[in-house]
Amino acid sequence: MTLSALILPLLLALAAICGLGRRVDVYAALTRGAEEGLTVLLRIIPALVGLLTAVSMFRASGAMEWLAALCAPLLNRLGIPPETVPLMLVRPVSGSGALAVGSELMSTYGPDSYIGRVAAVMLGSTETTFYTVAVYFGAAGIHKSRHTIPAALTADLTGFIASALAVRLFFGT
Amino acid sequence: MAMTWVWSGMVVSSLVFGLLTGRLDAVAAAALDGAGSAVQLGLAMAGVLCLWSGVMEVMNACGLSSELARVFRPLLRRLLPRASRDRETLAAVSANVSANLLGLGNAATPLGIQAARRMAQGCGGIASDELCILVVLNTASIQLLPTTIASVRSAMGSTAPFDILPAIWFSSLLSLIAGLSAAKLLSLRKRARP
Repeated sequence: MTLSALILPLLLALAAICGLGRRVDVYAALTRGAEEGLTVLLRIIPALVGLLTAVSMFRASGAMEWLAALCAPLLNRLGIPPETVPLMLVRPVSGSGALAVGSELMSTYGPDSYIGRVAAVMLGSTETTFYTVAVYFGAAGIHKSRHTIPAALTADLTGFIASALAVRLFFGT
Repeated sequence: MAMTWVWSGMVVSSLVFGLLTGRLDAVAAAALDGAGSAVQLGLAMAGVLCLWSGVMEVMNACGLSSELARVFRPLLRRLLPRASRDRETLAAVSANVSANLLGLGNAATPLGIQAARRMAQGCGGIASDELCILVVLNTASIQLLPTTIASVRSAMGSTAPFDILPAIWFSSLLSLIAGLSAAKLLSLRKRARP
């Protein structure tokens, strides 16, 4: 029995029990959330169509290998697999773009491979920095962001290095 | 606009590289393949994504996010001492942080914006140190259950889609610490040089 085999049913049951205890309409909340999942999906799929097309072309043309080879010396020193370069470049700019690049990496190398796992952890531990800054400061009427972007990009870079490190620590290469 | 450049750059360089390497047939095939696989991926991840969005909504309805918000309040008082003097700002920030933690992006953003608006009053359009920290908290946020990624992994046939959770927590935590330290250090440096 794997750990996740226990965790998933346990989480479902816990959510149900906790909801019953608080007199929440569990089933209505579940379907409401699932509906929100669909709207997320509806927003993601058009972006995936555009971006997976471009990423697949980029890989087939050999440009991806070239880009990875170009960045390999620096990235190897940081312990990051060079194959994830396109993901790191897109991540701060677009969430659905990063999802497209990341899922292409997972399907090319396999979701349970070293590179596939690093891609997934990178996606999970970093955010769409520029988008977030634009939304927050745009709404608050801030036009001078000062050291926000350098600080946020430091967080992203640390997240990338830590992702590769974490996968090596928890799963090996 | 940035994505326009990314997308156009990829497509144009694919054409150029395809011509140079003589792999244009493969590029053409990949374009059609990519579009098809996007919809396939969307459908394959739909079930898991909807299920977990539903479960998170149940937990939210149980009051999990307001309890989390209460846990974070003392921590945020330390991190954002000036903003925390205003009770409504503190409430918005802590709700924002806990919604991020639960992966409720749609709920987190309006709360964060509300906090940012209140904190920006009297700033004259220039981000204060605490506003920088608020944004870093949001760009380096930790997600307890990254449901979208797990659903992509399960769509790709992963044997245990959630087995990367500890790795994600570990690296998000490091990333958050690095971001906050950078924000702190950079604000000190800027202040030392008036």
